[in-house]
Amino acid sequence: MSRAIPHPVLSLALVLMWLVLTSFSLGNLVLGTVIALIAGWSVEHLHPPKPKFRRWLAIPRLFLIVALDILRSNLAVARVLVLGPNHPAYHSGFVELTLQLREPNAIAMLAIILTATPGTAWIEFERESGRLLLHVLDLRSEDDWQALIRDRYEALLMEIFE
Amino acid sequence: MRHLELLPPWAALIVALFVVIGATLTVLGGIGLLRLKSFYQRLHAPTLGYSYGTLLIILASMLMFTLLEGRLVLHELMVGIFIMATTPITLLMLGRAALRRDRDTKLGHDETVPPRPDAQESPPEMPRDLTGYGEGVVDTGLLSHGDPEPERRRGD
Repeated sequence: MSRAIPHPVLSLALVLMWLVLTSFSLGNLVLGTVIALIAGWSVEHLHPPKPKFRRWLAIPRLFLIVALDILRSNLAVARVLVLGPNHPAYHSGFVELTLQLREPNAIAMLAIILTATPGTAWIEFERESGRLLLHVLDLRSEDDWQALIRDRYEALLMEIFE
Repeated sequence: MRHLELLPPWAALIVALFVVIGATLTVLGGIGLLRLKSFYQRLHAPTLGYSYGTLLIILASMLMFTLLEGRLVLHELMVGIFIMATTPITLLMLGRAALRRDRDTKLGHDETVPPRPDAQESPPEMPRDLTGYGEGVVDTGLLSHGDPEPERRRGD
């Protein structure tokens, strides 16, 4: 944002983290702020692609959707694991789809979401073509992964980041 | 178990339930890591413990110590955030490394994987049909079924 506080969101998060880990007192607030500012300056020297949050309101919505999806796929994968590796009720395989997202931070978020969701693993992404290779544990032919990811996550991520 | 006795019954019940379900998910993930057959399938198993396994245990811990100490205890949130931020990176790296290995014929295949897409050949708007890949599993898993090893040990 400015030269003094190059990463305001990151620095604020670090101050909060410092206060949570220690105790809420003036001394800790000052110390935490100093550490957060130094961390912000050092991150600035790494030149990461700066995230620009366009719509904050979409973040809790995305969070809720992801939490629910992860819960559901937890149960689904638990069922697969109980059934055992040779059960004919499921088979795993690769799925390829294309992403419209180009913002690096948004793609990183999507990678975290898909990896955190049991049952889908992010295997390979080609940035130029937007081609993404996923491995799916319980692959069903009727599921349209392209539409699922586009409508559920990509649209929201685009709203937040682009 | 001393701590649970100090809690009101409703809280003790919730804490116990969360810990048991979280631990069960984590154990299932661990068992899956052993039982599943290909490397890519195994990538899915530990995410159980990493997502809701961790979350439930963290929630139980937060609830318990918040009630016991009479103030908001949020240290566990940090555990959750750090796990959330670091585990996907490990899994991504492992997945990419496995794909690289399986595409290299000299290193030997664990599973048939989709070949590297040819940039000129197909337009990127059309995802390729990948049916058939990832089904010819060669790796039999760490706990291969019908392993003669346990019987031999029993004979001794």
